[in-house]
Amino acid sequence: MARTINISPITRIEGHAAIKIQLDDDGNVADSKVHFMSLRGFEKFVEGKPAEELPRIVNRICGICPWHHHLASNKAVDGCFGVTPPRAGQKLRELMQTIAHAEDKLLHFFFLAAADFVIGPDADYAARNVIGIAKANPELAGKVVKMRQMAKMILEKFAGKAIHPVAGVVGGFAKPLLEADRKEILAQMEELLEFALFTIEFAKTQVFPNYLDAVQTIGVINTGFIGTVHDDGSLNLYHGKIRMMKPDSTYTDFDPADYTDYIGEHVEPYSFGKMPYARFWNEGFSLDLDAPKGIYRSNCLARINVADRISTPKAQAELEEFREKFGRPAQATLLYHWARLIEEVYACEHAIELLNDPEITDPNIRVPAEPKAGRGVGCVEAPRGTLIHDYSTDENGLITRANMIVGTTHNLGPINMSVHQAAKTLIHDGHVDEGILNRVEMAVRAYDP
Amino acid sequence: MAARVAEEWLNACSGCEISLVDMGERLLDVLQLVDFVHIPVLMDHKYYGQLGDGRHLSIPEADVGIISGSVRNTEHLEVAHEMRKQCKLIIAIGTCATHGGIPALVNTFTNDEIMGRYYSTETTDRPDDFPSQGLPELLDRCYALDEKIPVDVYLPGCPPHSDQVFAALAGLLTGQPAALPDRSVCDTCPTIREGKGQVKKLRRFLQSPQYRSDEPLDRMRCLLEQGVLCMGPVTRAGCGGDKIDPRCISARVPCRGCYGPVKQNGNQMLGMLNALASNGIDVKSLPEIPSLLRFSGAHGRLRPAHKKEN
Repeated sequence: MARTINISPITRIEGHAAIKIQLDDDGNVADSKVHFMSLRGFEKFVEGKPAEELPRIVNRICGICPWHHHLASNKAVDGCFGVTPPRAGQKLRELMQTIAHAEDKLLHFFFLAAADFVIGPDADYAARNVIGIAKANPELAGKVVKMRQMAKMILEKFAGKAIHPVAGVVGGFAKPLLEADRKEILAQMEELLEFALFTIEFAKTQVFPNYLDAVQTIGVINTGFIGTVHDDGSLNLYHGKIRMMKPDSTYTDFDPADYTDYIGEHVEPYSFGKMPYARFWNEGFSLDLDAPKGIYRSNCLARINVADRISTPKAQAELEEFREKFGRPAQATLLYHWARLIEEVYACEHAIELLNDPEITDPNIRVPAEPKAGRGVGCVEAPRGTLIHDYSTDENGLITRANMIVGTTHNLGPINMSVHQAAKTLIHDGHVDEGILNRVEMAVRAYDP
Repeated sequence: MAARVAEEWLNACSGCEISLVDMGERLLDVLQLVDFVHIPVLMDHKYYGQLGDGRHLSIPEADVGIISGSVRNTEHLEVAHEMRKQCKLIIAIGTCATHGGIPALVNTFTNDEIMGRYYSTETTDRPDDFPSQGLPELLDRCYALDEKIPVDVYLPGCPPHSDQVFAALAGLLTGQPAALPDRSVCDTCPTIREGKGQVKKLRRFLQSPQYRSDEPLDRMRCLLEQGVLCMGPVTRAGCGGDKIDPRCISARVPCRGCYGPVKQNGNQMLGMLNALASNGIDVKSLPEIPSLLRFSGAHGRLRPAHKKEN
């Protein structure tokens, strides 16, 4: 008999979503939908607010990646008021963002995703979580908790607040980095880099090899990709041009300010969250598994697919090994976990580069600004993807119009496809069990939405 | 015996949950004392049974229920009621749950205005109808938790400092609930205050305040006395955690009020306007007023502007 399976809430993700799977009379998958249930309306309720206040308002879009909203917003406000922060101000913003990337990836891998691999996808739900990991491997758990805490404390000690930050300000950064603080943070980031290298080695030797079958089967779809690259084509998380790659690996680069010429947002009746697509491919929008139209993906796997290379040596070595195995672009959805750990190495290495840059301690960190009418587009790579804040202001510097494309939303269409693919692959003749339904969710979790 | 704890997030950003995770090594101690029975960010307990075949939303019984986020749609409401039914004690964690938080800025607009803008931005292919299939319905506005269910313990903060999350949990487990002090951010702020009278107008925070970066906070002049709006006088203290110094001031930027009013039922906007007026500061020098309630706009404090009829 036909029936509906209601996986609600999707767990170990950030946010509110549910999966509904329709089975036909034979117990096979007829349809599936992923409902994204959050609608808060930031685009509207920031209207009328003083633009310089927005970086302290829109960071509340996400408590996991507030630094990225904070900084994309700062860039957009700089654009509205026509100011360019001094180089040290820009570098301090980038340093904070890079460290935020480093702590975020540890959070996702160990706290949210790892249980599926370390405890196992079929384990009882009461044990299949970070609490289970802490009980099974207290030594590893202790180390993870300590490392993440260290990264968070760097942000809090230097920048005041780690969650919902305030230290990025129009025209630059709120406080300079003193030499004594630089030395301390550098030593901590070197320790974090060691841990990043340990983590990827641990994953490559003890985790991923056990799940190569799953990688080939769960959530696999064929799409394009989006990410930010430096002028020379290397991976960049903080600034650069946006690159959109088609599934055949050809790509187009564009200035983030021109995003409206390239990206559209499709609305499905079953999701509050909008679904961005590559409007400039001129093929429309379709989530058809065999013939998707306009569909591309964001987040770590997308970024390392679109980048020609990575500018830091240890991450570049990891990228070469990854490409050797999986090609470019790599499409298997569970490879997001591997890509995330490569980016973790890059984030640590790049933070160390920034800390060794003599300009980082320059006290010239902020230029004054005047409210005025203008428009600014701010873009950074949030952990979950290319993040765009676009504001206009009136002559008093109050917001008249805001548009935001949030990193995770690029993946809302692809998540629907991956769930559909996983459900069709795993559910037959009406047989479902917890392990099967958890594997369907693993297709979502890889995207870290 | 370990205490059973259920945790839920409603109209929230997950910052409170990350603050919980960010207790560091204390988290591992807490996990020894607490038996989480439901916490969507970390654990796979499902509302409709583990096979997705249940008919009614259900959450296990627990000694303590922790809820972050405001109440904005019918699913939040259903979850809040189920948590109240199943938990002996409810903690509202974070300023969204205690006072509406930033998402309650939505209360200055109608749902049609909010949806209308979101589904018509310059990149959006406008739909004929707003999405609704399989989705909760929006309530008429954004509510603090205690507008919908009784709350036993309030722990504001955006997010609450990990030290306070730890203290609250540890306190509950030992039967001594920790409460935040009824003091203002100014009461815990070490900056130099010289007295009233010099500042007549506020300026926007568009340039750096006066301070020497190699000197500690207690050598910096109060930001309000430097002529910058700072919500310290009307905001509950505690954001610095055990370290005490207010966090935004430590970053040399003014307070914006994220711990909500000093007393649970205070009004940050009225309080601040009074504070400014009584110090002879022209409130017309503020670029706009509703932002003074940006963290505490629930409880009917923020409402849509009265529209003139054409």
